[in-house]
Amino acid sequence: MHQSFLRFADALYMKVAILLALASIVAYWAYDPLEPHNGGTWLGYTLGTVGAALIVWLTLYGLRKRSYRSRLGTVQGWLSAHVYLGVSLLIIATLHTGFQFGFNIHTLAYALMIAVIASGVWGVVMYVKYPKMVTNNRDNLTRKSIFREISELDRKASLLVEALGSPVDRMMITSIQLFRVGGGVWAQLSGRDSSQMMVPVMSGKKQVWKKVSNTGQRRMLNILAGQVARSRDPRITAVLQELSDVVSTKASLMQKLLKDVRMQGLMEFWLYIHIPLTFALLATLMAHIVSVFYYW
Amino acid sequence: MAGAVVDIAVLGSGPAGLSAAARAAELGVSHVLLEASDHLALTIQRYQKGKHVMAEPGFLPLRSGIDFDAGTRENILENWYEGAKKHKVNVAFRAEVSTITGQSGAFTIRTQSGDSYQAKTIVLAIGVQGNPRLLGVPGQEAAFVQYQLDDPDEYSDETIVVVGAGDAAIENAVALARDNRVYIVNRRDEFARAKEGNLTRITDAIERGKIQGLFNTTVKEVINQPEEGRPGVIVLNGADGEVRIPVNRIIGRLGAIPPRAFVESCGVKFPSDVPAAVPELTRQYESNVPGLYIIGALGGYPLIKQAMNQGYEVVEYIRGNPIKPVDHDLLAKKFSALPYKYDVDEMLDFLRNEILLFGPVNPLRFRELMLESRFSTPKAGAVIFARNDYTDSFYFVLDGWVEVVIDEEKDTRIRVTAGQFFGEMSLISGRRRNATVYAGEFCVLIETPRRSMMRLISSIDEVKRRIDEIFILRAIHSQFAPNSDPSELAELISSAELRTYNRGDVLFAEGEQGDELHLVRRGSLTVSRFINGKDMVLSYVPAGKYVGEMGLLGNTKRTASVRAAVPTETVVMKSGPFNALLDHQPELKAQVEEQIRERLNLNSQIEAGGEGGKILSFLMAQGLGEATDVLLIDESLCIRCDNCETACADTHEGTSRLDREAGPTYAQIHVPTSCRHCEHPHCMKDCPPDAISRNASGEVTIADNCIGCGNCESNCPYGVIQMAYPGSEQPSVWSRILFGATGSKAKAPDAQKQAVKCDMCSTLKGGPACVRACPTGAAIRTSPENFVNLVKRSG
Repeated sequence: MHQSFLRFADALYMKVAILLALASIVAYWAYDPLEPHNGGTWLGYTLGTVGAALIVWLTLYGLRKRSYRSRLGTVQGWLSAHVYLGVSLLIIATLHTGFQFGFNIHTLAYALMIAVIASGVWGVVMYVKYPKMVTNNRDNLTRKSIFREISELDRKASLLVEALGSPVDRMMITSIQLFRVGGGVWAQLSGRDSSQMMVPVMSGKKQVWKKVSNTGQRRMLNILAGQVARSRDPRITAVLQELSDVVSTKASLMQKLLKDVRMQGLMEFWLYIHIPLTFALLATLMAHIVSVFYYW
Repeated sequence: MAGAVVDIAVLGSGPAGLSAAARAAELGVSHVLLEASDHLALTIQRYQKGKHVMAEPGFLPLRSGIDFDAGTRENILENWYEGAKKHKVNVAFRAEVSTITGQSGAFTIRTQSGDSYQAKTIVLAIGVQGNPRLLGVPGQEAAFVQYQLDDPDEYSDETIVVVGAGDAAIENAVALARDNRVYIVNRRDEFARAKEGNLTRITDAIERGKIQGLFNTTVKEVINQPEEGRPGVIVLNGADGEVRIPVNRIIGRLGAIPPRAFVESCGVKFPSDVPAAVPELTRQYESNVPGLYIIGALGGYPLIKQAMNQGYEVVEYIRGNPIKPVDHDLLAKKFSALPYKYDVDEMLDFLRNEILLFGPVNPLRFRELMLESRFSTPKAGAVIFARNDYTDSFYFVLDGWVEVVIDEEKDTRIRVTAGQFFGEMSLISGRRRNATVYAGEFCVLIETPRRSMMRLISSIDEVKRRIDEIFILRAIHSQFAPNSDPSELAELISSAELRTYNRGDVLFAEGEQGDELHLVRRGSLTVSRFINGKDMVLSYVPAGKYVGEMGLLGNTKRTASVRAAVPTETVVMKSGPFNALLDHQPELKAQVEEQIRERLNLNSQIEAGGEGGKILSFLMAQGLGEATDVLLIDESLCIRCDNCETACADTHEGTSRLDREAGPTYAQIHVPTSCRHCEHPHCMKDCPPDAISRNASGEVTIADNCIGCGNCESNCPYGVIQMAYPGSEQPSVWSRILFGATGSKAKAPDAQKQAVKCDMCSTLKGGPACVRACPTGAAIRTSPENFVNLVKRSG
């Protein structure tokens, strides 16, 4: 029923890619040019042409993916072919170079291609690894429902805290206000919780409020635990305990959310490298081809 | 007011009555139009402000002195007031009739207020809405108590108590709760009478605290004295004693007192006690009381245009002018292509005589049925419909015969001859056609659409009974003994009966002694066993398949439990006659034994598979037992790129009809919010313009004549229908790539929202865009029959 793009049509494109690579290797092995192996022999030209055509076709995947009315195969089939034929370029293009490298535009094109393929392989790894983990982490909640639950917990906490008075109430409220999820690329991908809160500290004889880290709501939970220990009023103790339950539930939801943001980010981030590199590769490839023909 | 004798007294100033009075006025016939309220057309007045009123049926021309075309409530009422003024219609407002006495030529009509009128003939056009039921307590007529709500947005910041538990009460309460403090008073502990959609809305609103629900509560009295700055107080008898709520407004929505008692008091007879029954009328709308005519909704014609036409016609008939009904030409045109030399009336008689099933249908409804039907004369050998088509219309054979293939391999065919019908299987099961039907010689067919047929079956018991009888006979014959003569099955058929089950009902339980075989004719079943302390679903039995055969053959205890996955009907057969049949049908015996073997095999595979049965249970719990085609996402493959949603929006004017993220997941199988094209689509139940239909290839789609009423949205239990503005052109693939353009929803200020849902991309040649746009193979569309394959792999 469901079938991964890697196994699409009984891994047809894997077979095609292997054949293509094998054919290139056999040709390379069998063909003995007068000069050393390089891109300028007829085999070199052939491999180069095949490689360039493949690169252009691989780029067209982005177009097909967005052509929602297209009847030219399915996007799944295209992705399957994109992955396998893309990897086969490693062999085709390497044989095309004849292992002649230097500090020039030609080697730059080759290096960029390797980088594009590597980032693509990284993407495949992400696609295989994370989907299952995202589901398990979500536990049947949507992001929206997690946010809704968190704001409901915040509302509860801000009501409970009214019974406690200063300074716990203010600390609690600042911990709600300074709660952070996501942010920049690094914040998303690291999955770090940069939530903060404010606590009163004595500066000389004056009390001032200072921002401190509240990662995983641990600081807040710590403060509440301290309050429980000191409380002699059973009514207040009960409120503090309920509050601490609320905060720890929120902390675990946040953990879920951070993990979700992180994994979602990882499934997308590689594209921000793969695609710019692809365009750099296309430009360099063009320069490579033009210069080769210009100096012919 | 009383005095001179008028020729015609018309009771009720709705579309039918107004049109009748206008025609009388136009012709200079002495008349009076008696209206109980202060307004013309009270039912239309009660529509919500700005409501778009349709002019269905579109094919029917209007014949009336009063204008009418589709438009807003306000426009229509304005036209009608103008029309009444133009023709100088003699209207008496606040003339609620209490009794009618006398006879044709000399009727006396008395009103509540004590006036009396003399008339030679009477036209009853009082509709079926009746008068609203009052609270029935002191103070019920205080100024702040009302029994209808025109525009909920008229009120804000008020304290309003809505009394009632039906759809009207719920809809009012929910609409008012946007800007007011609303209480809803229900004398029971749940909203049992409400539509499913309304039930969810009110439960949700009460849970969120937007509406205060007062259950097991009755109204004790209404005090017409200001309190706390509000004009009055409502006193309630609640579950915990008396409650006083100072209110700005009380809205009673307790339904209406049906007019039937009054109509019967005039001497008019009804054919049955069923509430929906309509009085027997002649073709000229005259009731069993000579001189008393009945038109409009009371006579069974709820559509405005039909009612107006009847108003015109009835006046002509009373004057002795036998004009043809307005649909005469339409019928003549329909009949003209047929090989008969009858005029319209003769043809109608001929049809009723030829086809037994039409017998119990009254003449007026019969005309309508014929208008809605299609006549054809296919050539011998032509395919009427093919096996596995998704069509759902019903056919009558008027002449010649058709051949139904009941065994494809041996090409066994049975003939359905003149006077009989076919196509009932798909009509009842909501599934694909189970046999191909070929036209025979001299074949004349009448094809009646599903909706008309459903209405007929639900309103006339006799029709339902006759169809069921034939259904059982044919189902048993084609399922168990297609190659034998139906007479051999007589005993089995006569012992068979129909049974109805609600969702979750148990047909039989594991461990019971059982001697019945169930053939599913509508809905679907799950087979489950109690394993490790849990009930595990092992398989799914759709309509057209049977279950219970193991108990029959071995005569042992049931090895599994069978439940209805959705509302289900089965044909039940007893073991005695069934085993007798098996004894002289070795082929059938082998077939049943093969089915048992297969089922046992499959069951043990699922049982051994571990997760499989649980996934199947999960899928059934999502209501997929009634699905025909459902979108399932394997989350272990889904990279959450939402290309499925983008593809859907791009190919559907900017509104995605699927919500990938929403919906539950079990063992990585995710059921997103997307149409599953139910066998008996809930959305079709109550669509005023009949805009929802199923295509031959199975998709349930909404046509452009959607009026945006939202009934389908609230009737869909799966939340897959949205109301959306008509969309615009979507960005090209290049602007998406180069400029990052995203699709947008157009929102013209004068546009009206229409219902949109998944149409399985029936207009795209490649098939569903969501599935074709999924890069990783996570999204598939499949039908419940394939669930077993799905879970076998996952197990």
